[in-house]
Amino acid sequence: MADFVSGFWNVYVMGLVALSLLFCLFVLMSNNKRETGPVELHGHVWDENLAEYNNPLPRWWLYLFWLTLVFAVVYLILYPGFGNAKGLLGWASVGQYETEIRKAEERYAPIFAKYQGMDVAAVAADPEARGMGQRLFVTYCAQCHGSDARGAKGFPNLTDKAWHWGGDPETIKATVTNGRIGVMPPLGPTLGAGGVKDVANYVRSLSGLAHDSLRAQRGAELFQQNCAACHGAEAKGMPAMGAPDLSDDAWLYGSSEATIMETVTKGRMNRMPGFGEFLGEAKVHLLTAYVYGLSNKPAQ
Amino acid sequence: MQSQATYNYKVVRQFSIMTVVWGIVGMLVGVIIAAQLVWPELNVAEWFHFGRLRPLHTNAVIFAFGGCALFATSYFVVQRTCHTTLFAPGLAAFTFWGWQLVIVLAAITLPLGITSSKEYAELEWPIDILVAVVWVSYAIVFFGTIAKRKTSHIYVANWFFGAFILTVALLHIVNSAALPVTLTKSYSAYAGVQDAMVQWWYGHNAVGFFLTAGFLGMMYYFVPKQAERPVYSYRLSVVHFWALIFTYMWAGSHHLHYTALPDWTQSVGMVFSLILLAPSWGGMINGIMTLSGAWHKLRTDPILKFLITALSFYGMSTFEGPMMSIKTVNALSHYTDWTVGHVHSGALGWVAMISIGSMYYLLPRMYGRTEMYSTGLINAHFWIATIGIVLYIASMWIAGVMQGLMWRATNPDGTLTYSFVESVKASYPFWSIRLAGGVLFLTGMLIMFYNMVKTMAGHRAYDAPVVLPAAAHA
Repeated sequence: MADFVSGFWNVYVMGLVALSLLFCLFVLMSNNKRETGPVELHGHVWDENLAEYNNPLPRWWLYLFWLTLVFAVVYLILYPGFGNAKGLLGWASVGQYETEIRKAEERYAPIFAKYQGMDVAAVAADPEARGMGQRLFVTYCAQCHGSDARGAKGFPNLTDKAWHWGGDPETIKATVTNGRIGVMPPLGPTLGAGGVKDVANYVRSLSGLAHDSLRAQRGAELFQQNCAACHGAEAKGMPAMGAPDLSDDAWLYGSSEATIMETVTKGRMNRMPGFGEFLGEAKVHLLTAYVYGLSNKPAQ
Repeated sequence: MQSQATYNYKVVRQFSIMTVVWGIVGMLVGVIIAAQLVWPELNVAEWFHFGRLRPLHTNAVIFAFGGCALFATSYFVVQRTCHTTLFAPGLAAFTFWGWQLVIVLAAITLPLGITSSKEYAELEWPIDILVAVVWVSYAIVFFGTIAKRKTSHIYVANWFFGAFILTVALLHIVNSAALPVTLTKSYSAYAGVQDAMVQWWYGHNAVGFFLTAGFLGMMYYFVPKQAERPVYSYRLSVVHFWALIFTYMWAGSHHLHYTALPDWTQSVGMVFSLILLAPSWGGMINGIMTLSGAWHKLRTDPILKFLITALSFYGMSTFEGPMMSIKTVNALSHYTDWTVGHVHSGALGWVAMISIGSMYYLLPRMYGRTEMYSTGLINAHFWIATIGIVLYIASMWIAGVMQGLMWRATNPDGTLTYSFVESVKASYPFWSIRLAGGVLFLTGMLIMFYNMVKTMAGHRAYDAPVVLPAAAHA
């Protein structure tokens, strides 16, 4: 897109830039007189004793001013800056960006390509590749999953064996590449406050946590009617739609009765962005291996 | 040589006292947010969160502390150098109460999260309108006084005050143009990169005209007065005044290097920022060289120490600024604590020091005295404040350069050497030193408050008689 909506603005900007530079020049030239003889007071007095000498401009200061003006003119000839003029060097920030990216690509792509042919488990076992994967992880993934990959509330722990979408290499790679959107619908209106509490107690009982057994019993029935479609009759989850296993004592939002009730009442909506387009296949491959290696320690 | 009429000192007195009060408030908020960076647990409530207190800090120190200092000194200087009383004294009183209302409204709305989200222009549209009304009244009082002056020539300090008042009106009105949706919410009249450009045209000229030209006006009165020496060079003041106000207007785009702003706009901002070096230093030279023949006074007069140290910091930060506007330097310094250090060498070193020095001259005269209650306490204030500034800016330089270097460091495979959080962790020691520097500076202000109260105690408010102009002798 052009920077100006019409040719007029180009001329307008050039005119103003030139005027500003010429004005500085004019002020300098018109006050450039070199005094001979003693410096006189300028001749006016304000507020009893405020007066002014009229010393000449310090030479070093004058040269400094000249130097910056000359620099400005040279720079505006060489670089874009004088209206729409491209500048003699043909420099553009987009060009600089593209050049740097191309150079980086040439230099680093072979280092990553080396691992692309290897399978994920083998890459995960390679200490050098693991180091590169970790460096990518702390740059791109740590903001949500934490530097140690142990996650936080709403952000999965990647070091345990609990997986929402599956922990095999292909699935991890698909998750990193395309991202994921996990949705649980709100069930508060359907179950009512009592029903939600019953279900929460049942869910806690599945992981062997303290619960009200009468409520859990009632909750089990409600679970089969309302929750089993996604989480399964055994509550073992359904990786195809990201519905978590509720019996493994691994919790994305927390295991307290209050938190589970909040989850059931309001539902949850969670999203991981895709990194495939941004990072490219080779880096995604290394990241996949790093994440896979977090919960699949290579045999020593 | 004296007539019966007296200068209008009441409004000067009011603004002077509030300068010290708002200085303490603004700097206290600064100390709190500095502490929140060291101990994030201190973000105890949403209205006490760093994100809401930070704009309160910047607004309080720039517009409450700095603004009151500028009102006080400009009203004082314009009367005394025009040898007449203030034009429209009722309107002058309105500017005081109107400005205090603006400050109080800012202190309420900003912690509540009511903000336009434009840096240094966060206040929402109803307050913006009040600011505009007060500012236009200020212009009427100031230029009205100039118009009824009893001297043929306008003293140099008034050129700077005048440029500051006119330009700030223009900047504020253009940048704050917005479409109101409710009483507390509006949307900027500009969109996308134009909005960013207008914002930084405003933002950098707020530095150039509010924090530079205005305080140079202060400098041109109080330095020669306190040193009892003539200004070094009339000619230099002419050159640097016109060059300064002509080139500052261009410099704002250096805040947007390497963004969606067109390349030509970035380049123009950079070259004019570099040109600004000489005009800025013109003010420093004129101030410091005014001391020629009176250097010995620096040893004994702590007020002069404040004024001359302020000029030294002014020279330093106006050298640093143009350097940071160079694209390749900016690539390292941008978004780091270096910027924060640069701002504070200007804000604490220049703006606060020149204001404090001027206030120590002004305050006793508001009560018919020539000196503050304790010169020793002024001296103590000076050293505590100076050490505070040095700790603050040195720690931010080191932290900033370190952050910039950490963010750009790469491994042989092209990955980043450090994660962002590692640079945060490495910054903690410097943030603690910065906090210590801030606490020292605030301590100095508390000493000033005590000294002010003791100066006022037992003395009646005093309005000096208008001095008749001396006959021109050349």
